[in-house]
Amino acid sequence: MREYRVLSPTAILGYGFPEESFQAGLDRKPHLIAVDAGSTDPGPYYLGAGVSFTDRAAVKRDLELMIEAGLQLDIPVVIGTAGGSGAEVHLQWNLDIIKELVLEKGWQFPLGVIHAELERETVLQAYRENKIAPLHPAPELTEAEINAAERIVAQMGPEPVMSVLQQGAKVVLAGRAYDPAVFSAGALLAGFDKGLAIHMGKILECGAIAASPGSGSDCLLGTLREDCFIVEPLNPIRRCTPTSVAAHTLYEKTNPYVLPGPGGILDLRETTFTQLSEQAVKVTGSKFVPAEPFAVKLEGAKRVGYRTVSIAGCRDSIMIAQIDHIVEAVRERVADNFKKYGYQYFLHFTIYGKNGVMGQLEPNSDITSHELGIIIEAVAETQEIANTICGFARSTMLHYGYPGRVATAGNLAFPYSPSDFKAGPVYNFNIYHLLEVVDPLALFPVEIMKMGEDQ
Amino acid sequence: MAKMKLPELASVIRSKNSGPYELTLDVIFKDKATYEAACRAQVINKTTIAKLYGIGEEDVISITLFAPANAIKATIVRPYPSGALGETDVYGAQQHAPLLNLEVEIKVE
Repeated sequence: MREYRVLSPTAILGYGFPEESFQAGLDRKPHLIAVDAGSTDPGPYYLGAGVSFTDRAAVKRDLELMIEAGLQLDIPVVIGTAGGSGAEVHLQWNLDIIKELVLEKGWQFPLGVIHAELERETVLQAYRENKIAPLHPAPELTEAEINAAERIVAQMGPEPVMSVLQQGAKVVLAGRAYDPAVFSAGALLAGFDKGLAIHMGKILECGAIAASPGSGSDCLLGTLREDCFIVEPLNPIRRCTPTSVAAHTLYEKTNPYVLPGPGGILDLRETTFTQLSEQAVKVTGSKFVPAEPFAVKLEGAKRVGYRTVSIAGCRDSIMIAQIDHIVEAVRERVADNFKKYGYQYFLHFTIYGKNGVMGQLEPNSDITSHELGIIIEAVAETQEIANTICGFARSTMLHYGYPGRVATAGNLAFPYSPSDFKAGPVYNFNIYHLLEVVDPLALFPVEIMKMGEDQ
Repeated sequence: MAKMKLPELASVIRSKNSGPYELTLDVIFKDKATYEAACRAQVINKTTIAKLYGIGEEDVISITLFAPANAIKATIVRPYPSGALGETDVYGAQQHAPLLNLEVEIKVE
């Protein structure tokens, strides 16, 4: 029986994994080791600012074990969405870590690098040719938004990864990639069914999260056959069950039966999940349905200003009862005090104990807590204006004389000195759209670098 | 048929982003019989979700029954995209709370 085994060490490169689990995976002689390094979950800052949401030392630790194992077993190691967001700066950050390891370990191997950041002009041209459509409920795109984006990435499918593997890459570092792409590319080259390969990749990309108990920092092994695939954890404390695996298929998805991706949809309407052994689950019936035209997802983030926050608490029941009035009065004082300067700013009060977690979705309107946590936040076009607005709102709120006040020494408890924190630039997602392409490879230039030979 | 709170019937009640513009709510029932009873009683539908979250039914994108996981899933439009100014939960992981208080009447067979 033909098999293709893929070892997923962890949910996100840098989240770590127990060496015992990893070794148990290697003992099963995988054909490929793959890891997803990214997500849009941590929000727009990381794509916009060009920094990784994972820690450098933690990423280096995971890569050292993975690449060493790959070289020893002579199997490819594939990393997707390098640096967390997969733009050029993130790719270079991760490449730098690999180069450092190559020097330290004396490794030699061909490295496949796949770029995923698009030239602004490419996006503008596609927009003018009506090749870009919003992903509901994202708003329609405009040229102004494309121009405002700090950087724009496209989400590659498995095709560019297959290309560098065919060119002999032993380690592949890919920019922004559809999560299953890095797990499925090797199996697709070996001729396995695309629906099963992509679905297996969807489960493997979160490491042992699909097991019970779940974990984002432990390994999962996928075994692809001609007519099914099998997933199993490698740590004896975990097992996969039909419910744990099926439940993972729901995770972070709008509709678990129809999952759109680059070039088509994964159709799970006839998928079955069955317990194969104590720890393993067998999955059948998943289908890939190609879409015409071929489309990839674009992601972009733009800078909207600079943020300063001040953190405080309130334990006074007289003040708590009037918190909405006090917030409005502080807003008015801030606006009035700086009216002649024409500052543009966003001033926001997040009130924990009221609706700090759910905002306008919060169904409870009464405050029942004996204390409130308050975050005063200012976002403005410069850090200096944000500091000014936040600092002034903080001092005004501290000494504001609300009706019935008896605690005349101050209204807020600050846990820290300084009380205000400069949070730097703030970004918003402003592109989350589909781009029609003719060639799934054309947007993603590849190169093969000979690591360890001419450094 | 007695009224029960959703946590008495479910092993998982969670919320999470589905991309930066949507919030998806998963309820995984304790077993197949409970899931089927919940489906028959339509305990989670567009109206219940809209009421729980104080939003219009047009902002409830979908309700999906997913038998392989004994799960009912509801997806809504985020009032603010993840990380936007004024937004309160970047990962969307703490927006499930109103479901914990949902009272339902089902008949498990």
